[in-house]
Amino acid sequence: MSSILIYAEVTEDNYIHTVVFELANKAQELSQKINNAEIIALLICKTGLSENYKEAFSNSGFDKIYIVENDRYTHYSTELYSKAAIDVISEINPDIILIGATTQGRDLAPRIAATMHTGLTADCTGLDINEQGKLAATRPTFGGKLMATILSRTLPQMATVRPKVFKPADKNNTKNTQFIYKDIDISSIKRKVEFIGFVKTLNSAINELDSADIIVAGGKGMKNEAGFELVKSLAAKLGGVVAASRDAVEMGLAPQSIQVGQTGKTVTPKLYIACGISGAIQHTVGMENSDKIIAINSDKNAPIFGICDYGIVGDAFEIIPELIKNL
Amino acid sequence: MNIIVCIKQVPDTNDIKWTENNTMQREGVESIINPYDLYALEEAFKIKKDKPDTKITALTMGPNQAESVLKKAIALGCDKGILLSDKKFAGADTYATAKTIASAIKNKLGNFDLILCGQFAIDGDTAQTGPEIAAQLKIPQVTFVKELDKVDGDSVYANRELDEGIETIRVEFPALICILKGYKETSRATINGIKRANESVITIYSSEDIGISPEQTGIKGSPTYVSKAFRPEHNRQCLFAEDVNTLASKIKEYIYE
Repeated sequence: MSSILIYAEVTEDNYIHTVVFELANKAQELSQKINNAEIIALLICKTGLSENYKEAFSNSGFDKIYIVENDRYTHYSTELYSKAAIDVISEINPDIILIGATTQGRDLAPRIAATMHTGLTADCTGLDINEQGKLAATRPTFGGKLMATILSRTLPQMATVRPKVFKPADKNNTKNTQFIYKDIDISSIKRKVEFIGFVKTLNSAINELDSADIIVAGGKGMKNEAGFELVKSLAAKLGGVVAASRDAVEMGLAPQSIQVGQTGKTVTPKLYIACGISGAIQHTVGMENSDKIIAINSDKNAPIFGICDYGIVGDAFEIIPELIKNL
Repeated sequence: MNIIVCIKQVPDTNDIKWTENNTMQREGVESIINPYDLYALEEAFKIKKDKPDTKITALTMGPNQAESVLKKAIALGCDKGILLSDKKFAGADTYATAKTIASAIKNKLGNFDLILCGQFAIDGDTAQTGPEIAAQLKIPQVTFVKELDKVDGDSVYANRELDEGIETIRVEFPALICILKGYKETSRATINGIKRANESVITIYSSEDIGISPEQTGIKGSPTYVSKAFRPEHNRQCLFAEDVNTLASKIKEYIYE
């Protein structure tokens, strides 16, 4: 029977990462196009912890949850987790494997793919099943200039997806979920990577961007720190949160934690104001689902104007201060 | 110590050209060292400063013109440059690229303590090739490393910048480590370095030299392929404000509607 396997990432705080339920929702849609493929989660965790997670999995549309428990799974480890994942994958032979493009997922997925000699498509922004029943994974590529749809000649077909790209499952799927415990012997694995410590540093900006109604973002066109101060002032005036394009981060104007785009955050505020952002696909995939988008840019041919609702052509260094006065 | 730094030449231009197979046309485009790889090089230089008998080899795969990024790496402080170049390597995805690089390391470079890679490449952004090389070589991988701490005998301490915090680990050699971009500026080439680079001869290996069959490399050895490339369509219609006043009213309307 066809199946779609989703890696159920356990975070350092011991909860199931929200991306798992986003992938589960997408998997429902894919499943219908491949003979109602089974939707399976793979949970790797410390002995006894799986009981705490069962509630989270209920009504989320999973047919089966494979659980691998061991006291050595207290912290994520490439060596130990990839062993469990590969053993389970080899047993169930899924057609598709979906993994969240978190730091953990981006570490695990390529390790599994290369070990199993199969293809992997990173940071997908769209997943579909094509006419041949194959996974069609779409991602921005080539410096974010174009979208590419990528297929795999090998099985399993693997893809990673960043959090918040898909909507989460709405917890009303009454499918019966079966829990299957697997015992995988990892006693002989001698770890080469020793865990020394972990310091939580969750940046408050990350949460702020997730829930912000108004985001004001600055890009390369804001040129320098003074320019980025203008972006911050406008955000403050509107009671919004500041974000940045990759170019602005590369230029050292903003920290990576507030980067929006394919390699940053995906945001969906009510209003997104892009200041001095040209609109490379690498950026727009992270904000194009905002309710309303406004762009301020000096180049009237900038691609950002192709995806916004309202725009003004001109020098952001002149427009923003005047705008603040008028608001 | 023996360190291999995998670097990637990325186009220094917004002008993307395409081949008939929907893969990127690299020939004839100005190239630079991927910015993340500069930080991987920097970590190698840091170790060498501490342990002067360290040998650093820069390794890349690409067309013959990729010699220039290897020369640049030597000018910055590497001892040697190795280029994997063969028409058969063209069009490789991350799996085939990793397989090719891993074959070269196994069959041509011999013993090493560390392989350093940039965490991302700015042209592909997959972050996959490093871990896939490690998997092919069956050595441990450590990803998202902000900085290497001290080398301790046959191991090194590293700080990983993860979604939820900073993890400190110690990894035994041989290992592969992927380095994130730091905030500090990376080293500049010295006059001596440039002189050394000019005098150096880059070793070039073909598929035959590294013992990989044509079926296992390039487009033929790639499990994934681009079925189509396109510009995304949007159904928003941009209206333009004539002046800032109108823009301000529109913003208020969007916020309070």
